[in-house]
Amino acid sequence: MSGPVTTAGAGSGRPAKAFAVSPRLETVSWVLLGLGLLAVPFLGSVYALYMACLIAINVIATVGLNITVGYTGLLSIGHSAFLGVGAYVSALMWLHLGTPLALNMVGGAVAAFLVGLVFGIPALRIKGVYLAIATLAAQYMLYFVFQQWTPVTGGDRGLSLPKIDVFGFGDVGFYYVVMAVALLTTLAARNLFRTRVGRSFIAVRERDYAAEVLGINVVYTKLVAFGLGAAYAGAAGALLAAFLRIVNPDQFTLMVSVFFLAAVVVGGRASTLGSILGALFMTMMPELLRFLLEAAAGPGADMAGLLSPLREIIFGALIIGFLIFEPRGLAGLLRRALGHVEEVEAKAEH
Amino acid sequence: MSLFLEFSLVGLASGGIYVLAALSFVIVFKATNVFNFATGEMMMLGAYLFLLFDIQLGLGWGAGLLAALVGSALLAIIAERIVLRPLIGRPHIVLVMVTFGLASVFRGFAGLIWGPNVRQLTELLPRTPLFLGNILIPGKLAWGFLAAGLISGAFIVYYRFSRAGTAIRATSTDQVTAESLGINIRMVFAMSWGFAGVLAAASGIIAGSVNGVTPQLGLVALNVLAVVMLAGMTSVGGVVVAGLFIGWVETIVGAYLGAAWQSFIPYLIVLLVMIVKPTGLFGEQRVERI
Repeated sequence: MSGPVTTAGAGSGRPAKAFAVSPRLETVSWVLLGLGLLAVPFLGSVYALYMACLIAINVIATVGLNITVGYTGLLSIGHSAFLGVGAYVSALMWLHLGTPLALNMVGGAVAAFLVGLVFGIPALRIKGVYLAIATLAAQYMLYFVFQQWTPVTGGDRGLSLPKIDVFGFGDVGFYYVVMAVALLTTLAARNLFRTRVGRSFIAVRERDYAAEVLGINVVYTKLVAFGLGAAYAGAAGALLAAFLRIVNPDQFTLMVSVFFLAAVVVGGRASTLGSILGALFMTMMPELLRFLLEAAAGPGADMAGLLSPLREIIFGALIIGFLIFEPRGLAGLLRRALGHVEEVEAKAEH
Repeated sequence: MSLFLEFSLVGLASGGIYVLAALSFVIVFKATNVFNFATGEMMMLGAYLFLLFDIQLGLGWGAGLLAALVGSALLAIIAERIVLRPLIGRPHIVLVMVTFGLASVFRGFAGLIWGPNVRQLTELLPRTPLFLGNILIPGKLAWGFLAAGLISGAFIVYYRFSRAGTAIRATSTDQVTAESLGINIRMVFAMSWGFAGVLAAASGIIAGSVNGVTPQLGLVALNVLAVVMLAGMTSVGGVVVAGLFIGWVETIVGAYLGAAWQSFIPYLIVLLVMIVKPTGLFGEQRVERI
């Protein structure tokens, strides 16, 4: 027990300290990433632009879920329902009030936060898996609302939105907006865990009684963490609505929630880098799978029937495999690949 | 009024399926403290295994039924051994997440092997409707209820009075003490998953022979969570009452408000239970408030 004692455990904490690589390399890699993202529209590929937007939106939602599941240790399995709340609220604001995208996004995030509290308040007073059940309830009840409240939500057909035009740049402009939002929200999440509030999330996860003794209001902290996760989902949902220009109930099913849970587990719980890697990997995976299936079967073959079950198997197997063999996910794998030797203290898991 | 009575009886009869699935859930939770989100998928696989052995392999319904139940038990034990056992001692949230992954894998395999369409099972249950006075109950439902009742009854008796049942109950009360008294905890874990597999499969086969089987059969069974919550997560006797009640509520709601409400109401009940009485109606005082 001679090594430095890290207070934040194995989580993001201070990558500069946890990494064997220098902080300068970290900065350089961030700058390179930023330049790479700036360059995407110049590839001229509609597909690349589309995937980049989708990945960025999924990163926002995954970062949110990671705050709830990874940092605070609260299992939420209804994340897509909160995405749906954000999407519907922002779409309705747009259609009926004509408000700009930025305001719609805030509206979606606030709505998702409030709806999250409705389901979180009964569940978070009690210890145990109650939150998981309450979020499952949210999943089914909100789907019901999306589908049945036809006068407002458009029922099964959903809502269609007009094309968005950011500063007259069309799709490219929208891409930069999505990227900027993703960058800001990810940075905000990263910095959150260097503040008192963020640290109290981790304290609650590690040992709630100890946190209580330290003067942290456990119920309040859990509510904030859960609501914050839902708000991230709401913002992502608002962007998704503007991006796909259609909102319907089938975008927000249980399988989508499993997708985000898998992204958190695969990327690495309690790691911002993990959220990015997880969302990237999980968004690309179905595309890769489809590509492989098409290559294997040749064009024209009906692979749609095979795709969905295969995806479910892979989602599930990834969750199981990473939980058993690499609890710190892709972020942990990457750190080890970069030569970071694990400290004894880092073995503790959340 | 007689229409209401008819709906009520139909509802109670369909509640029998929930009772079986909820028992499967409760036994795993009591013995191993794992909140098993894959219960519904274990139901669905049980029904598909019956289809496989009975029709696709041509064993006939008797041998097929036996093979399906044994197969489900084995599958559950294997899942426990491979997926849950390595995670013993890890944080609670990990154990819950992993059953979610398990459910996804099961659903995917069922979809891959048997396809997304509805498959019909052999008609085990007689079709002739039952008349009580002028009230009609569909035959399949009535006999399904009877079968579910018999299996649950037999299981509860076994659980109360057999050595194995006593060992499971001792483990659920206090693992360390049970171990020191010579109970093989690993055996108890495997056994409780095995029982859960059989109960879930029985429930799935009955549900499947009423409505047919799809890979989504398990998702419908998430209503079982409402049963379990209402009863209290640890109460074997409680789930019988709660199962019948939820079945009844669901049918009444479906009949008078429309089928879409059926997935809404059970979860509303779940939230209300959480607000009013998180231990459920019959649960132990295990719940800790903070």
